[in-house]
Amino acid sequence: MPFIPHTDEDIRSMLATIGVPDIEALFDEIPAALRTTDFDAVPPGLNEIEVTRLLRGRAAQNHAAICFAGGGAYQHHIPAPIWEITSRGEYYSAYTPYQAEASQGTLQVIYEYQSMVAALTGMEVSNASIYDGASALGEAVLMAVRLSRRGKSPRVLVPATVHPAYRKVVATLVQNQGISLEEIPYDIASGAIDLEALESIKEDFAALVIPQPNYFGCLEEVDALTNWAHKQGGLVIGVVNPTSLALLKPPGEWGEVGADIVCGEGQPLGIPLASGGPYFGFMACKQAHVRQMPGRIVGRTVDLENKPGYTLTLQAREQHIRRSKATSNICTNQGLMVTAATLYMGLLGPQGLAQVAAACHANTMALVKRLTAIPGVEQVFEKPFFHEAVLRFPVQASTVLSTLGQHGILAGVRLDRTYPELGDTLLVCATELRTEEEIELYTRELAAALPA
Amino acid sequence: MSEIPAELKYTKTHEWARQEGEGDLTVGITAHAQELLGDVVYVELPEVGATVRAGGECMVVESVKAASDVYAPVEGEIIEVNTLLMDQPELINQEPYGDGWLFRLRPDSAAALDQLLDAKGYADMIAAES
Repeated sequence: MPFIPHTDEDIRSMLATIGVPDIEALFDEIPAALRTTDFDAVPPGLNEIEVTRLLRGRAAQNHAAICFAGGGAYQHHIPAPIWEITSRGEYYSAYTPYQAEASQGTLQVIYEYQSMVAALTGMEVSNASIYDGASALGEAVLMAVRLSRRGKSPRVLVPATVHPAYRKVVATLVQNQGISLEEIPYDIASGAIDLEALESIKEDFAALVIPQPNYFGCLEEVDALTNWAHKQGGLVIGVVNPTSLALLKPPGEWGEVGADIVCGEGQPLGIPLASGGPYFGFMACKQAHVRQMPGRIVGRTVDLENKPGYTLTLQAREQHIRRSKATSNICTNQGLMVTAATLYMGLLGPQGLAQVAAACHANTMALVKRLTAIPGVEQVFEKPFFHEAVLRFPVQASTVLSTLGQHGILAGVRLDRTYPELGDTLLVCATELRTEEEIELYTRELAAALPA
Repeated sequence: MSEIPAELKYTKTHEWARQEGEGDLTVGITAHAQELLGDVVYVELPEVGATVRAGGECMVVESVKAASDVYAPVEGEIIEVNTLLMDQPELINQEPYGDGWLFRLRPDSAAALDQLLDAKGYADMIAAES
């Protein structure tokens, strides 16, 4: 096999498979105004001064907006030491720590990471990370189906309040596995899972997915939902924002016995937004389910001289040992992101993380209060929220986005494509980084943009 | 060479089967197999009531270095599993023909057992493999 990716024929075949005429058509959804066409390659033979000048010029084409958008990826303050330490050669170059004797530092970092994720989620065990939050949910669904195969149909309840992109990823991952996903509607007044809609579900199901906070930023009734699912004999998969866990009840304490599997996106823990990646997914579960959890776990042991040592354990589920029966086929361990997250959690500590979470909540409360004081702007859902809320405007949401964009404000995330029933709404978010002045600026520019 | 009790029947995939009264079979893995696996740390037992076909995968034995399928020696129904192994998987290493048994099987046909190897046949097979 020649190791040459993407021959012309490969490209033709891939395009034909997805029904796109040419590569250019793949970029159709990017507005023309955002695309740079006069973007020459770096000319050969430049000296350092010239290269620096060229790249500074190009970097200046990026306009950093004031970010009030969330929707699964959040702009948080990242203390300087985190990436200073993470980018040390010892961490930066290490890939996957198979050779325990040469990888004690990396293994110990992962061990600490697992301990922190377990503590944060209130669960007993955590794996060493997964590709991203969406694929972590996909793996959690597959894991729940493996756990509940006894007498249960492989059916998983996925509420409409779960991140739309996550739902698409899960659907893609399970579509050929004979697993059916059933969408649970949300209550149009509260923005949370419709408990009455659940009551009508009689048949067996393997698991109920509970987002907390949900995609609209609202808090779900996690205790009631968890107890309901367990009473029906189903498992509970929590999809959570790690920052919020510093304030909210950890999934391990939901309902009478807690969630069974917990996953989510780790990006808020010290990972820059970086146009969407690389991020990492975290995953934790009850000890009783650990054999069905994908990926690897780092364990701590002692050697013959009683000195502590760290090693990969529970690897028997992985491809290099179990071949086609591996339960971790897409479990890409995002080691470097995990290193940053471990340092982030370690440096902030539980108290620091709680302060970040509280500041996010307070800023979003302030933002919502200011914006809804403008005539015609209203908060769509009545449920308490963490650091995001859905607002409705008397003009098109796209107009709000483009008008405020001209003033350097990223006003929120459009919901009309995924939730057309919500009309002209934006999901707005204010993390601890947003200042009073920035909130004031948003308010002023929005008021000016709306018809008097 | 590992112990190969003369009264048992064997598969080419290293399971042993012992005929109990009433025609039911007790099944385990051989001393030779557990030596190859090393320390057993986990078993995924079959479901009681499940039907299995001869040579079909029916459970998994996981050691520190590998996860291995265990195959049913004959066609039949699983009637009992050794739940002791859930907490003490090391019994497979310690007493592969005793408390380390895996499951009991009710064969569909009494004659099925004749297809399996006897102790000498199994001994010859592993001698040829090594």
